[in-house]
Amino acid sequence: MDTPSDSSALRIEAPVSGGLEGPRSGGAADRPDVWRGGGFVPPGSQVLATGFRELDARLPGGGWPLGALTEILTPAPGGIGGLAPLLPALARLSRERRWLAWVAPPYAPYAPALAACGVAVNRVLLVRPRSAGDGLWALEQVLGAGACSAALAWPAAAGMNVLRRLQLAAERSGTWGVLFRLLHAAREPSPAVLRLRVEPVPDGIRLHLLKRRGRGAGAPVHLPHPSACG
Amino acid sequence: MHWLCLHLPDLALEVFSRGGAIPRAVPLAVSDGASRRPRIVACNAAAGARGVRPGMEAGAARALAQGLVLRVRDAAAERRALERLAQWAGRFTPRVSPAPPREVLLEVEGSASLFGGVSVLRAQVCAGVARLGHRVHTALAPTPLGASLLARAGEEREAPDLAALRTQLAGLPPALLEMPPEVCTTLEGLGVRSLGECLRLPRAGLARRAAPVLAALDRALGIAPDPRPAFVPPPQFEDRLDLPAEVERADALAFAARRLLGDLAAVLAGRQAGVESLELRLLPRRGAPTAVRIGFAAPTRAPARLAEPVRLRLDTLKLTAPVAALVLRAGRIVPLPPDHAGGWFGTGAPPAAAALLDRLRARLQEDSVQGLGLTEDHRPERAYRTCPPGATVGGTPPPPLRSARPLWLLPRPLPLEARGGRPCYGGTLALAPERERIESGWWDGADAVRDYFVARTPNGMRLWIFRVPGAGGRWFLHGFFE
Repeated sequence: MDTPSDSSALRIEAPVSGGLEGPRSGGAADRPDVWRGGGFVPPGSQVLATGFRELDARLPGGGWPLGALTEILTPAPGGIGGLAPLLPALARLSRERRWLAWVAPPYAPYAPALAACGVAVNRVLLVRPRSAGDGLWALEQVLGAGACSAALAWPAAAGMNVLRRLQLAAERSGTWGVLFRLLHAAREPSPAVLRLRVEPVPDGIRLHLLKRRGRGAGAPVHLPHPSACG
Repeated sequence: MHWLCLHLPDLALEVFSRGGAIPRAVPLAVSDGASRRPRIVACNAAAGARGVRPGMEAGAARALAQGLVLRVRDAAAERRALERLAQWAGRFTPRVSPAPPREVLLEVEGSASLFGGVSVLRAQVCAGVARLGHRVHTALAPTPLGASLLARAGEEREAPDLAALRTQLAGLPPALLEMPPEVCTTLEGLGVRSLGECLRLPRAGLARRAAPVLAALDRALGIAPDPRPAFVPPPQFEDRLDLPAEVERADALAFAARRLLGDLAAVLAGRQAGVESLELRLLPRRGAPTAVRIGFAAPTRAPARLAEPVRLRLDTLKLTAPVAALVLRAGRIVPLPPDHAGGWFGTGAPPAAAALLDRLRARLQEDSVQGLGLTEDHRPERAYRTCPPGATVGGTPPPPLRSARPLWLLPRPLPLEARGGRPCYGGTLALAPERERIESGWWDGADAVRDYFVARTPNGMRLWIFRVPGAGGRWFLHGFFE
């Protein structure tokens, strides 16, 4: 169930305009009260353009779901490898006055590389708890406080109850919660509204959409290596 | 001149019972602490209901009321409470003076209009004093002693001018002057039952027989000057709370600490100031105290912002001995403008962000919460630094990178295995053709001459690896790209 077929028949042709800053094209397709068939987004929820047209086209509402959990499953130990697809969105969020929280990252995110991708590093808040329990506590605080635009976390392990609490905290504050988890977590249920699997390929990465709001799995998206940061 | 007197009739009791330290239903009495035959000077309603009365001997009071909590009067604590109240009242007028044993005087003529009139100001003061846990009587009069006398009479009186004051004082008993016992006896001998009768006595005779009474009446009626020095708050805040019983549980400690923190918040509000850090010392009956230090992300005086980190820290604290007393000491006190309703215009962290930082720091270690900054050094591991969150305000855009940099940098380079001269990391690595030589640092003794490559593992991960030229060609892993 977690390996959707790569068939091009599944590809959804959705009108997408502009990159990060560009306004979305007007018209009936953009009205919130028009049902767009499959691309179900609950009223009141916000999305943030990913900066990749192909990815936006596959995501309900056309971007990362704010005020909810996103799970990124990576094959490499330590949750390495899933950060690149987030960078344009993080760069944009870092222009707000709120924090970009990093809870229990595997290593120090490398400030010069982040800066080269347009992320304002002075908005970065590194939280390095000493234990897994403290880590989940800190993550709930960070997600629920409303003081962070996004919270990226590398949780050691998280059961359904914990994940549900985190999802509720994110809903309450509107913070975008991103959990980096190992591949085998795909077998466990999760309240995250979006689950992606990262697969490294020679010229970039392939993102498999394991779960989306209202659409289920989808065909993978290929993203090239970001040019600005290597 | 217009003086507002805050008279705290139960102060002697409140220094022990305030903030729920001794519940209302428990009979409580305070004695004068005389060594041989201590007498009751004040008692609460629960003790009064059992027949305990001020003036009674402590032994008799004990016999009347089962389970009576008897405390020796703590004049120092009462004075501290008055000074705290005076500091808090600084929000209403700059001219405040504590008048021991149980009054605080506010000169409100100048500031009343700022609060929409003297009656509005008085209502705000009354509500605030009640929130701080004191019962209070207030009175307004053109002289400070006049206001005190009216307030001691117990009703919420107001004398707009000296003539009205004279009329109102005339009906009050002379005991309100709180004169020494021998003066009271003299007045009784003269058959005086009210201040009005005092005033009708011939001045010369009163001056001969009871000079202090005449002097006091002259001051009360504005005939003699009665200067009151304005209270100057001490630069530091330190307060102590002796717990009614030894406490071991963190939640009970947090409850007790809240009272101290509430007082600190009130003092800070009066001074239009905030505190950057604080220290709470937990004193066991014997042995070394435990100190809890809390730093705040931004100066604050909000009671909740002060209390929450303390509660979190107490929760994780392992106590070695039960705690008998708490001492709260404020760190640097800095000016903080009056609370602007919900807005945030400052340069520091906005309130929600600062509160989050305080919470995280209180539960995790101080160094577990950091920010990132850039430094200008070509050596990859020195091109960034950790710093307090948000310390680098704005941040100049960095010079564009000459070539690829990984998103993750290892804290120290990891030596890689090599097979046949080719580096391995979960299989032999494929190296991109570009080589970047980074050499710098000879001037501070930390030479780094390295040839960096982008390498790819068999399963597609991109690594940043380097080789130190010459030194046997060993390979190191320094970062991950994604």
